[in-house]
Amino acid sequence: MSLLSPELLQNIGRQSEPRRELVTRRDIRKYAVATGNRQRKYLDGDQAPPMFHVPLFWDVVELDELSPDGVSIDTLLPKFPLEKAMAGGLEIEYHKPIHPGDWLTATRTLTDIYEKSGRSGPLIFYEVVMDVVDDAEQLVIREKTTRILR
Amino acid sequence: MKAAAAKSRFGALKIGDELPQRQFECGNVQLMLYNAALWNGHRIHFDEPYARDVEGYPGLVIAGPLLGDWLHQCVEEWLGDDGRIVSIDYSNRVATYVGEVLTSGGKVTAIHPEAGEAEVEVFISNAEGAVVTPGKVVVRFGESW
Repeated sequence: MSLLSPELLQNIGRQSEPRRELVTRRDIRKYAVATGNRQRKYLDGDQAPPMFHVPLFWDVVELDELSPDGVSIDTLLPKFPLEKAMAGGLEIEYHKPIHPGDWLTATRTLTDIYEKSGRSGPLIFYEVVMDVVDDAEQLVIREKTTRILR
Repeated sequence: MKAAAAKSRFGALKIGDELPQRQFECGNVQLMLYNAALWNGHRIHFDEPYARDVEGYPGLVIAGPLLGDWLHQCVEEWLGDDGRIVSIDYSNRVATYVGEVLTSGGKVTAIHPEAGEAEVEVFISNAEGAVVTPGKVVVRFGESW
């Protein structure tokens, strides 16, 4: 008996509205300092370090859209029959460098939902791919997140 | 000049070569600044009574992507201007907490001469020596951003 109903699986392929953001020197510097980076080009904000797309595209929501534990609800995801999140994985491809002044657009797609049986019961896996492109529509970063629910 | 240096370094690369290790100890201030830079309001990262009493953690939880960033730093500091990261694949396996001493490191596991690329197995480990964040990175020599 599968936990994944046909209705739930119909969410595969669902896509978020594209989000366009401006890369600034100040935001690069803040991120480089906060991560303990030791490279001058990042600390000075001349270039964005790897993973800078994480702060650039973290959801900015209003206070009443946060859950009591301070988390913003991911509207791309359907309601899953399992809710306890376990460790997740990240795959990132880097195609082009990022500099202050760049405008980047991210689109997230729910690309897969599947089930496996774990030692302590069933597990649900889902995958979200985020494509980041520049204004010339060239791919800058592709990130795939895999999360496990139990 | 730079290209020649990168080429000779790639030529000398051997499977099993180890990356320099680095220690990280994330304090309250750094964790707060990191989550502020993200706009991440998750209380397990800054509200210690909440993290302990409601969620049952032993302390403030270090945000998972910060450990992912440290894996990148470990590889980039080793590469210098001789190459760049093409891709990474990592997972957060074990939670880590403010005040823990963590170590990043890695070793070369494959070399692809025709592409000028190498595969590097990377890790963040805790004070007990357990790997909390394993990963695999593909690097390309002779291309630097």
